[in-house]
Amino acid sequence: MLNIFGSIAKGATAFAAASLVAGGLSAASAQDTIKVGVLHSLSGTMAISETTLKDTVLFLIDEQNKKGGVLGKKLEAVVVDPASNWPLFAEKARELIAQEKVAVVFGCWTSVSRKSVLPVFKELNSILFYPVQYEGEESERNVFYTGAAPNQQAIPAVDYLMSEDGGSVKRWVLAGTDYVYPQTTNKILQAYLKSKGVADEDIMINYTPFGHSDWQTIVSDIKKFGSAGKKTAVVSTINGDANVPFYKELSNQGVKATDIPVVAFSVGEEELAGIDTKDLVGHLAAWNYFQSVDDPANAEFIKSWQAFTKNDKRVTNDPMEATVIGFNMWVKAVEKAGTVDVDKVIDTLPGTEVANLTGGTSKMLPNHHLTKPVLIGEIKADGQFDVVWETEDLVPGDAWTDFLPGSKELEADWVDLKCGNYNTETKKCGAAS
Amino acid sequence: MPGFWTPMTLAPFRRLALTLLIALACLSSPPGARADAVDDALALFTTDKFNDTATGIQALATSGHDNALTILRAMTDGRLFYDPAGKTVFYRDAQSALFDAKTGAAAAAEPAGLKAVRLNNRLRTALEAARGGLALMDPDPDRRRTAAEAVFRSRDANALPTLTTAIGEEKDTRVRTEMERARAAILLTSSGVAEEERLAAVDTISGRATAESAALLRSLPADTPQGVQEAAEAAVTIIEGKLAFLAAFQNVLYGVSLGSVLLLAAVGLAITFGQMGVINMAHGEMVMIGAYTTFMVQDIIRNAAPYLFDYSLFIAVPAAFIVAGAVGIAIERSVIRFLYGRPLETLLATWGISLILQQAVRSIFGPTNREVGTPSWMSGSLDFMGLSLTYNRIAIIVFALMVFVALLLVLKKTALGLQVRAVTQNRRMAAAMGIRTDWIDAMTFGLGSGVAGMAGVALSQIDNVSPNLGQGYIIDSFMVVVFGGVGNLWGTLVGALTLGVANKFLEPYAGAVLGKILLLVAIILFIQKRPRGLFALKGRAVEA
Repeated sequence: MLNIFGSIAKGATAFAAASLVAGGLSAASAQDTIKVGVLHSLSGTMAISETTLKDTVLFLIDEQNKKGGVLGKKLEAVVVDPASNWPLFAEKARELIAQEKVAVVFGCWTSVSRKSVLPVFKELNSILFYPVQYEGEESERNVFYTGAAPNQQAIPAVDYLMSEDGGSVKRWVLAGTDYVYPQTTNKILQAYLKSKGVADEDIMINYTPFGHSDWQTIVSDIKKFGSAGKKTAVVSTINGDANVPFYKELSNQGVKATDIPVVAFSVGEEELAGIDTKDLVGHLAAWNYFQSVDDPANAEFIKSWQAFTKNDKRVTNDPMEATVIGFNMWVKAVEKAGTVDVDKVIDTLPGTEVANLTGGTSKMLPNHHLTKPVLIGEIKADGQFDVVWETEDLVPGDAWTDFLPGSKELEADWVDLKCGNYNTETKKCGAAS
Repeated sequence: MPGFWTPMTLAPFRRLALTLLIALACLSSPPGARADAVDDALALFTTDKFNDTATGIQALATSGHDNALTILRAMTDGRLFYDPAGKTVFYRDAQSALFDAKTGAAAAAEPAGLKAVRLNNRLRTALEAARGGLALMDPDPDRRRTAAEAVFRSRDANALPTLTTAIGEEKDTRVRTEMERARAAILLTSSGVAEEERLAAVDTISGRATAESAALLRSLPADTPQGVQEAAEAAVTIIEGKLAFLAAFQNVLYGVSLGSVLLLAAVGLAITFGQMGVINMAHGEMVMIGAYTTFMVQDIIRNAAPYLFDYSLFIAVPAAFIVAGAVGIAIERSVIRFLYGRPLETLLATWGISLILQQAVRSIFGPTNREVGTPSWMSGSLDFMGLSLTYNRIAIIVFALMVFVALLLVLKKTALGLQVRAVTQNRRMAAAMGIRTDWIDAMTFGLGSGVAGMAGVALSQIDNVSPNLGQGYIIDSFMVVVFGGVGNLWGTLVGALTLGVANKFLEPYAGAVLGKILLLVAIILFIQKRPRGLFALKGRAVEA
């Protein structure tokens, strides 16, 4: 009952806001716009991360319109607020596609929100660009994954730590928040570490609830686990709000990066903005983009983003870059197809190449994932990252990991096979589960 | 002295060690005595490759150059720069004045395009070891001690001769203990050391029962003699026994610390819910408002009076009390007073208020976390016999108890407290005695909210300052108050500490997720048995 009460209140506000935006714009040019849906939480727990992505899409639309729009039409943003409420994500997606008739949707952060909107996108046949690193094990015709798959983030990070530069780590703590992304990633990592000859007793797995704030016991357990005489590292899939108290406890208990480095997959510039980082120097993060990357395209992007937000301290992060790549790819595909028709755009997108912000060119693969560089950054005292390692080439995203049984024989190919989970052994589509 | 170490050091190290010793012996020699080595080392810092920098650090540490330690320190702090064009290296001092690294003279003009020498974790470890070797003879005892600890961690055999000299000259017993431990660690991990010396080293190491000692004794090299292996194993068993005992003690400490956080979060609710019976779902938001007040206070101090920063929390506590209390009174006057005696409506209304407050804060301060700084006296941890409790946790335990005692005094010893108790016990009688009951209601609610605001000041030190801060504590707070007994402050104290300690004892065995579930189930069962909680109030007040 409370939930309904909340949803109605939030729904009403969001609707009012959306209709204001729509009303204001459609009066001016009702016929000449292409509508772009933005499905990011602006209230509730996930607002902390997702609000920035909403701003990013608005910024990109603004920039594109300055260049004359797409196909001679202006783009028009339709912003809705799913309020960190997973069923509401599906309702809002339906509203965007069925009522607002948007050509494309940029949205979602958590995997559960993506899973919740999937049936809607399939039923109403629309396009979703999903900009966040995730656990993989999925490839859908209507979704384009512009964040990292596990082989574009987790595996290279572990490889780095095993190398001499990373400290030749022999003992591993896999710490995560208790939900699907950390669980799946840790399962993949565990299988990968074992394939590299790491013994069971050298892997410690720890899960904590969302928003966990009392890290005393766990940090002291990590210290104890790390004192067995072998170099130890923590691979952290701790998500969201729990990170700040975790890092505070680490620095208070004196766990230095030179003793036990922590490599995080969900901590970027935005998350560090709330922490004093001088005791965290040297702890690591693996992403496909860092704000500190020295590249003219990146410098230009940061400058115009800060001008757009009128805040010269506003940081950029990896999911923002993924949004930028996704948006530019959609624009390019639409221009190539000459229409915003969903089926034609879906068919045009694989093979599309756009420049990313780290000096390379990312390509959309037939499995609807991207080729991306993998970067390892060390936290600096000013809250930025120093890139200490990067892959030589772009890494193609692998939807189905090669390290789990039941997944390694699957393949996704929407160009030739027209299938998201083709079983290479039984030669059948969808034979996986 | 050389007679002592020559037989047991490997030949390649001998030259390096000799150089180091000579260099240290004649510290007064003019810089440039070994100019070529320094030039080579410094040149390696200008290539921006981690491998070159690593070689450079090693070369610099053994060059015996006067400035070596200064350069290595500057590098650790990120104050070492190079000029990519001229291939020269500079460092800045704390006032960011620029000096030439080789000569130590102030740089004439700042070259354009200076770049910082970059570090990674491997280099930081190497730097620590190199600095440790060099700083053993430092005049400052604290620096010597840090250096000895660094050598203990790096077990760098090159440092052995210097270490032995240093031990001989050391007057400070604490520093000497550290140095002897460092020496023992090197002896145990290098090969070709006599058995008696190794046995003595095992003794030295096992003198301190820490996880590091156990780790060292467990990872002895393969060529260690049988007798030493056995001695080490015996020592490890003893150390582990001591550590297990400490771990239990540590759990109690952590439990008390968690309990104090719960107490802080719940004690305000013990007033609004416990005394007044208002099911206040917006209680967590009062905590959040307190945390944001801390942020505002710090923000003002940073801009107006940075020297006051260490006292910012003392200013934030009354400020948070006033702000949260005022918001509480406003809520009571505008909404809750119309809903007394209707718990369901109160629940819904306060839930709505909590959503409104969250979104209001989100609109004003933005959805992202705000950084609340930790004053220097609250950073770091107290290490006592291998136990570590961080200063901010200690401060929170003390603060929670102070708030609790203060609240108890207010309720028991002041006129306001007397009136509050009178109104809760029998409203009509109290009114008949001339107490303005609705004014007392507002004050009581304000008091509870203000206390929640003060809790926010403490929680801003250990948790995110975000609009969602309060939500994480609302359920725990209700749990504590209900478990402890509604309407009884002592029950809240005992309840919070019991839940904290129980949680910490369950966590290592059941994990954080299952531990929380088990605790919740235990409380539900307990409430079945004693519906009024640990300390039930007796008498007519309960029925009213």
